[in-house]
Amino acid sequence: MARTLITAPATAKRGEVIELRTLIAHPMETGFRPGADGLLLPRNLITRFSCRYNDELVFSADLHAAMAANPYIAFFTTATESGTLSFRWEGDHGFSQTETVAISVS
Amino acid sequence: MRRALGLVLLVVTMASAQEMRRSGFDDMSPSTQAMQRDDAQNPAMLWVQDGAALWARAPSPSAPACAGCHGDARASMRGVAARYPAYDEALARPIDLAMRINRCRETRQGASRLAPDSQELLGLESYIALQSRGVPIEPPADARLLPWRERGEALYRERIGQLNLSCAQCHDERAGQRLGGGLIPQGHANGYPLYRLEWQGVGSLLRRIRNCMTGVRAQPLPAESPEFTALALYLAWRDRGMAMESPAVRP
Repeated sequence: MARTLITAPATAKRGEVIELRTLIAHPMETGFRPGADGLLLPRNLITRFSCRYNDELVFSADLHAAMAANPYIAFFTTATESGTLSFRWEGDHGFSQTETVAISVS
Repeated sequence: MRRALGLVLLVVTMASAQEMRRSGFDDMSPSTQAMQRDDAQNPAMLWVQDGAALWARAPSPSAPACAGCHGDARASMRGVAARYPAYDEALARPIDLAMRINRCRETRQGASRLAPDSQELLGLESYIALQSRGVPIEPPADARLLPWRERGEALYRERIGQLNLSCAQCHDERAGQRLGGGLIPQGHANGYPLYRLEWQGVGSLLRRIRNCMTGVRAQPLPAESPEFTALALYLAWRDRGMAMESPAVRP
């Protein structure tokens, strides 16, 4: 399991624009770099990030080589109702991780 | 009267020399500064998260966790990293924070040593150093440290490597000028362990110094060597009074 750091408000007013910020520990190895033994290191990238708000897709991004290790992704959405925000990272070698946070909207 | 005036002048010049010290933070780009200011953006906080988990977890069922003796790190470790390296009675030499952690593991927890620059050790170090954020660096006033610090200063000023350069030639005499595309910083060690964008990870002061040493084509110092500790001790004294930024971000 990769380490993640998610910053999301626990409470919000209905209709309020909220900022969601995510950070995940990942090497984002490009597949172009040689290792200490001179052989190419196998590519190991996160290729897709998505965020669902009560199962509705609100944000997604495709990631490629040349993105920094430990990618930081921040975005906005509108608070509509109480529920859960689920963040999902998918990548090479079957990597996938999902983190959820609860939000209560008044 | 003249002597008094001279003394005043001396004090003033010493004070201004202290004020001319610039943390590496001051010379970073605004976006890198923003990364360090905001814990949600600072990737070193991922290591801190690791450290916090290790702090609370017992290495084996029979041994206490760090928290078993030291309690809540947020209170008990406040300002601790700002006072390292410190003198260790048992080893009769100064030790840095990483060595302190490993000593504790060996003698009190009956656990194995953590390898230098390993994920676990950097995590624990970052977590402990975070508790001293904003605290001024204050090397202990211990007379036994004096010869070590003097040795460290001698190492700092000694020309080394095929390029025949000393630390002082770049970081004292040429700080603020450029080496290739990069700015030469004053070399203050007030944010370690830190996240370096070039490393794409967290690294220790040891790693930074080894980087410099291979840069001038010298033999890098091994971890826990007396020379490294002496150098770290001199750097702590050189940075005394500067606020800790751990875990910092550097380009």
